[in-house]
Amino acid sequence: MATGEELADAIASMALFADLSTPELARVAHTFEERYFPDGERILRQGLRGSGFHVILDGEASVVVDGQQRATFARGDFFGEVSILLGEPPVADIVARRPLRCLVLDGPSVEAFLVTHPRVMYRMLQAQARRLRNANRWRS
Amino acid sequence: MSAPAPGRPFPPGDYPVVVVGSGPGGIQLSYALSRLGADHAVLSADDAPGGMFRRWPFFQRLLSWTKPYAPAERGTPAYERYDWNSLLADEPAHRSLMPDFMDGTSYFPSRPEMEQNLVAFTQRTGIQVRHGVRWTGTRAEDDEAGQRFVVETTDGEYRSTTVVFAVGVAEPYTPATPGLELAAHYADTRPAETYAGRRVFIAGKQNSGFELASGLLPWARQIVLASPSPARLSVNTRSLVGVRARYVQPFEDHALGGGVFIIDAAIQRIERTADGSFQVSLTRTDGGGDVQLETDDVIAATGFVTPLLDLPELGVATFGQSRLPAQTPWWESASRPGIFFAGTIGQGAAGLKKHGLPSNSGAVHGARYNARVLASHIAVARLGIESQPVIIPPDAIVDRLVREVSMNPALWHQKAYLAWVAEAADGGFRDGGIQPLAHALDAGGPDAVVLTIEADGLGATYPVVYLRTAGGVREIVLDGEVFLRFGGAEHRRALGDAVNSLGSLSLAK
Repeated sequence: MATGEELADAIASMALFADLSTPELARVAHTFEERYFPDGERILRQGLRGSGFHVILDGEASVVVDGQQRATFARGDFFGEVSILLGEPPVADIVARRPLRCLVLDGPSVEAFLVTHPRVMYRMLQAQARRLRNANRWRS
Repeated sequence: MSAPAPGRPFPPGDYPVVVVGSGPGGIQLSYALSRLGADHAVLSADDAPGGMFRRWPFFQRLLSWTKPYAPAERGTPAYERYDWNSLLADEPAHRSLMPDFMDGTSYFPSRPEMEQNLVAFTQRTGIQVRHGVRWTGTRAEDDEAGQRFVVETTDGEYRSTTVVFAVGVAEPYTPATPGLELAAHYADTRPAETYAGRRVFIAGKQNSGFELASGLLPWARQIVLASPSPARLSVNTRSLVGVRARYVQPFEDHALGGGVFIIDAAIQRIERTADGSFQVSLTRTDGGGDVQLETDDVIAATGFVTPLLDLPELGVATFGQSRLPAQTPWWESASRPGIFFAGTIGQGAAGLKKHGLPSNSGAVHGARYNARVLASHIAVARLGIESQPVIIPPDAIVDRLVREVSMNPALWHQKAYLAWVAEAADGGFRDGGIQPLAHALDAGGPDAVVLTIEADGLGATYPVVYLRTAGGVREIVLDGEVFLRFGGAEHRRALGDAVNSLGSLSLAK
């Protein structure tokens, strides 16, 4: 993985970016930064401020709360947006399970990005609604 | 260790550590290894020290400043905060060399001044480099002592269990956009006067693109800069992210309609026309549709990649457009232990990037501290050179925290990236020195106070204390101070409270 063109191709098939045109995908690929996390590395840290919005390109990550694994994220999943939207530190660690490649947008840029790309915001809202529905199902 | 022979040092053979590169990263690492008694060889394809500063920046003046007159005295560590370009030395006589070579016309040294600074440091500190030897390949081999690497060079083979590559991010990169191969790369830009009266199209809106645009303002008839995402300015991001203030003039020219155009667009293709000029086809990424323009010159300011030769085939994972090697917090390949990186390549160990702010590892003023930390790590972890632990008594820990947060330039220049660490030990705290913050937070170990200076990207700069216990890490953000002084009574009290909290957390376990 490397070039902007390759990144644009890689994200074109993801639900989050499914409504974007080719030029918009190119812009997203140049706006986000690619990062690599080795197996076991922490990506978000419970209780620490200032983390970013991550979209998984390749690999898996675990959601760990107080040392307990709660869920797993894979390609196309995203995380980190809740703490950015609420302005609060993450309530979980996110830990790479096998080498992980992500696209990352820094927290301070997320609001402007979502406002500029309302279709991405809508897709994110859908994903959040699904997570909320599932959480409510577990409770009931 | 093979003692350096008279004449050219470091003939092919076995060495405890091999360092490849003689730019600021390689030189700083060699200096720090030497002072720790860590034997090593330094190899360089160049015929003198200086690395990229022997050639670039194109317009011959740096982006990193050195203030000849500063609030701190030259030759002290405190002066390092105001001097981004001198390398670090233990001996006061070898510190703060950069201002000695500056002619007073700018607080940004010229490229030749920077080169002189690096050569002088190398000579005065007695750093040995085998120049004129090119690294040509790398392989791993097993012997009775375990695995080691063979660094193949034009002079022969070097063997070591620990190899550090400080070879810069200096290989020109041009994306596979149709027709962009017709463009000159930044690295091949012609002398400025040859663009007199011409229309110039620059692909890329990073600092290199804006550097060229700034330098060509007095020459070019028209300048167009294009890339898919909007240009960011460092004065807006309040960090080194974005175009630096020195290169903002083309932006103002664009905003005021002076003949420079800055466009958010993807390049579809570039074609030569019958009269020898170029036709550039763009698709705007801001919803503005397709655009075509004619231009006399096309320059690809599309960046550089890391010249890793065959390291990827050896298992070194890379990422991003610069093909940086993925690294641990200690700048070791995340996928191939034993291979380390120094200098600007160290930016591949990104750290926490809190609030989206990167470390300064890509520049000399960050990489020089990384090199010192890396040298200590290699000495201990790879060569078994242990230093005597220094214990800080409990009644001295707050004074020490105040001193570090006020005076330690490593914390200042590597915000939220390098940290000063004090680990609870019998009878007080063990001085853990400067460590990568990601390691200090994630690696576990004894209860510890971890101290950083951080910024939020909105203009605030403040100390942060992390309390590391078996129960996790707690972040305590201290207040900032209008003149960035963190040694006053309020900070002392807050640091004392933090140390007391560590005791409470430890007792609560």
